[in-house]
Amino acid sequence: METLVFGLLNGVSYGLLLFMLSSGLTLIFSMMGVLNFAHASFYMLGAYFAFTISGSSSFWIALFLAPVLVGLIGAAVERYGLRRVHPNGHVAELLFTFGLAYLIEEVVKIVYGKTSVDYRVPDLLNFAAFEVYGASFPAYRLFVIVIAIAMLIGLWYLLKKTRAGLIIQAALSHPHMVGHLGHNVPLIFMTVFGIGCALAGLAGVMAGNIFVTDPAMAIQMGPIVFVVVVVGGIGSLEGAFVASLVIGLLQNLAVGINASFADIFGFIGLSELSEVGRINISSLAPVLPFLLLVLILIFRPQGLMGEKEL
Amino acid sequence: MTEPMLSVKDLHAYYGKSHVLRGVNLEIMPGEVIALLGRNGVGRSTTAKAIMGEVAPKGEITFRGEPIAGLESHKIARMGLGYVPEERDIFPTMTVRQNLLMGVKDTRNPGRHTIDDMLDMFPNLRARADNQAGVLSGGEKQMLTMCRTLMGDPELIIIDEPTEGLAPKIVQQIGDMIVEIAKTGVAILLVEQKLSIALRIAHRVYVMGHGEIVYGGTPADFATRDDVRAEWLEV
Ligand SMILES: Nc1ncnc2c1ncn2[C@@H]1O[C@H](COP(=O)(O)OP(=O)(O)OP(=O)(O)O)[C@@H](O)[C@H]1O
Ligand SMILES: [Mg+2]
Repeated sequence: METLVFGLLNGVSYGLLLFMLSSGLTLIFSMMGVLNFAHASFYMLGAYFAFTISGSSSFWIALFLAPVLVGLIGAAVERYGLRRVHPNGHVAELLFTFGLAYLIEEVVKIVYGKTSVDYRVPDLLNFAAFEVYGASFPAYRLFVIVIAIAMLIGLWYLLKKTRAGLIIQAALSHPHMVGHLGHNVPLIFMTVFGIGCALAGLAGVMAGNIFVTDPAMAIQMGPIVFVVVVVGGIGSLEGAFVASLVIGLLQNLAVGINASFADIFGFIGLSELSEVGRINISSLAPVLPFLLLVLILIFRPQGLMGEKEL
Repeated sequence: MTEPMLSVKDLHAYYGKSHVLRGVNLEIMPGEVIALLGRNGVGRSTTAKAIMGEVAPKGEITFRGEPIAGLESHKIARMGLGYVPEERDIFPTMTVRQNLLMGVKDTRNPGRHTIDDMLDMFPNLRARADNQAGVLSGGEKQMLTMCRTLMGDPELIIIDEPTEGLAPKIVQQIGDMIVEIAKTGVAILLVEQKLSIALRIAHRVYVMGHGEIVYGGTPADFATRDDVRAEWLEV
């Protein structure tokens, strides 16, 4: 029972973190027309910046400052990098983001070293929020859920309820026309890229101390975020939201299932001792997102809620 | 003599290596309605796009005395030059009202026209004000794009083939609408194919052939020039 409750709660908090990453990526995709391979690198930068800032001041300052810094770096990358590469086509853009991802990783290694840094949950939130059947749920994870939901509402309000949000959406789908109506489309694009990166940075601030903050964290997270965006339907925020939660829950619930193939298929004679029989369901958790990706591409190429096929 | 509002001198434009505009010259006075005629593919839309900064222009373009050749499109728009492209680029997932709102450049300093003025002027749009723009008919979409551009309070509007693919009755309505817009003092450069509508509403007519202007004159003069029509317009 407690594994189910914890699996659900962990799944939701992980799913919301995934959405923080995938919402930015999907907005940026609508704008560039290609996936940004460096997106998870901004997530990593968020975690490292939070480590540095919370070391010299406090976590609470880091919570605001780190995403802002990451957003500014993102805006600069768009303004001085992508904007110049864009006229040379999609392949050039893709290669640019690829190079950028490695560049950021190497810089991080030079500055912070190759091993993980000791970025910790703030003391104020380092307690058990509640207990279920003797097992405790960390308060910090609840905090992550609250911040993520606040961000979700903020993003939804900006995009759906304000004129600026309508202009952003129109600029993503009809950039030329929006320019002819007198709106500064290059500035809008820089802002969208900056906001997307800032959201990734915020995810890094909050996830870096739950998981590990090391130079490999971008490469580990990147593929899962791609899976979310493709499964949700590229360019669709609603789809990214659903896919984030589905993948978050799938992975966390699977981890909690402590049964082996032999337990399940024992009735057909599968032995505990055979290679296949020994496989534990929980060890399949990392496979699930990619299995979902492959199935979606075969059976529903436009994704759960996307309009256009890849 | 007053200064022209828009003046284009020796305008060239290229798509890759193909030289599409080969020295276009034209002028538009304040409040004037100009029709730009020509066969398919002679470069009328490209002229509009080069003026609006959507294809790279070579040559001199001045709007109200300021050079605009090669400026970013939002800067050109903010100087008071509106553009209704051939594609009727409405925002399909937004409502008619939201589309109109997108035409306002600065909400703190809106133009002469309000959303209600537009809906009063065009009852078809009022009936659909809260519908998604994507479900409108071709004629309604055309009206909406024109109204959306008017919301930005331009001094001159370039309208590219507003009647293309529309039924004769709707063509008539669009013509009336352009006359209405012109009455508010806005100058219009109308790219057209249909002689009837162009001659009805234009103060002056230009004819384009192979990337340059081959004729310019009043509708009355144009009516006498069978040679121009035979050589550059009839198919
Ligand atoms: N994006 C483009 N790339 C390459 N060539 C183009 C492009 N757009 C137009 N052209 C070519 O440039 C020429 C002029 O096109 P333009 O669109 O200006 O014609 P037009 O006079 O508006 O005619 P119509 O609208 O009836 O097609 C045509 O020969 C066309 O094939
Ligand atoms: Mg054309």
